[in-house]
Amino acid sequence: MNLGPHADFIVAAYAVTVFVVAGLVAWVVLDYSAQRRILGDLEQSGVTRRSQRKADQ
Amino acid sequence: MIDLANPTRFLSIVNRVLPWLVAATVLLFAFGLARAMNAPDDYQQGATVKIMFLHVPSAWLGMMGWGLMSVAALGTLVWRHPLADVAGKAAAPIGAAFTFVCLITGSLWGRPTWGTYWVWDARLTSVLVLFLLYLGVLALYWTAEDPGRGSRAAAILTLVGAVNLPIIKFSVDWWNTLHQPASILRMGGSTIDPSILWPLLIMAAAFTALFATLFLATMRNEILRRRVRAMRLIQAQEVRA
Repeated sequence: MNLGPHADFIVAAYAVTVFVVAGLVAWVVLDYSAQRRILGDLEQSGVTRRSQRKADQ
Repeated sequence: MIDLANPTRFLSIVNRVLPWLVAATVLLFAFGLARAMNAPDDYQQGATVKIMFLHVPSAWLGMMGWGLMSVAALGTLVWRHPLADVAGKAAAPIGAAFTFVCLITGSLWGRPTWGTYWVWDARLTSVLVLFLLYLGVLALYWTAEDPGRGSRAAAILTLVGAVNLPIIKFSVDWWNTLHQPASILRMGGSTIDPSILWPLLIMAAAFTALFATLFLATMRNEILRRRVRAMRLIQAQEVRA
């Protein structure tokens, strides 16, 4: 594939897009595991949500 | 819709839908990128037309994100739908990221095509305003001490900022701009040759699937974050009692 005389601009555009999308995906995945971990810690320490208590009763 | 208003029910639906959305996104990108890399060069722009396969979908999604946030803002302010605020907050960083990609790829496309990275014409400026509005909404969501007040302020700013969407769309018709007029969504049909138009449409579908995947995953994270906050408040009350 020949990108011609402006190959640098094309490669830079794709690189920036990959970088931004990868950053978004990493943020979403890490945030999910962090929230799950905190929720697990809170549940283990005996804290339950009010709606959870109603469901258990 | 009533079922979806329940966060627990919504989470179970998201958990079932997300793996399919991820698979669809990967497949669409694989197919779209293969078609984009094999698309012929433009007779005037040469290979730089390949930047269009990133620039145009990200521009559409930057605007779509704000449209989605505007509907969510109405849901927050008028109907007080439990998931509306979650949806608005989840769409903001994703829309901001796509608008940023649109600005950067447009700039990198502009230099070899127009001879400049940036010009203060109506289209470029109105998209920059959209990006700044996204940053403003994110600041309100992320820095407000009272999440409820921050959400209402963000919803109001979102509805005010929605005025910018038709300005972006019609800026190339209303003013004399360096940016070209619409060549895909226009009266009389697209002016782009099918050999370039089809890869563009597949890439647009891939980016839209990516947006949907990230949006649902971010909504899920936000619901979990609110549960953490609620549980910490309960924990603090129990310690005090």
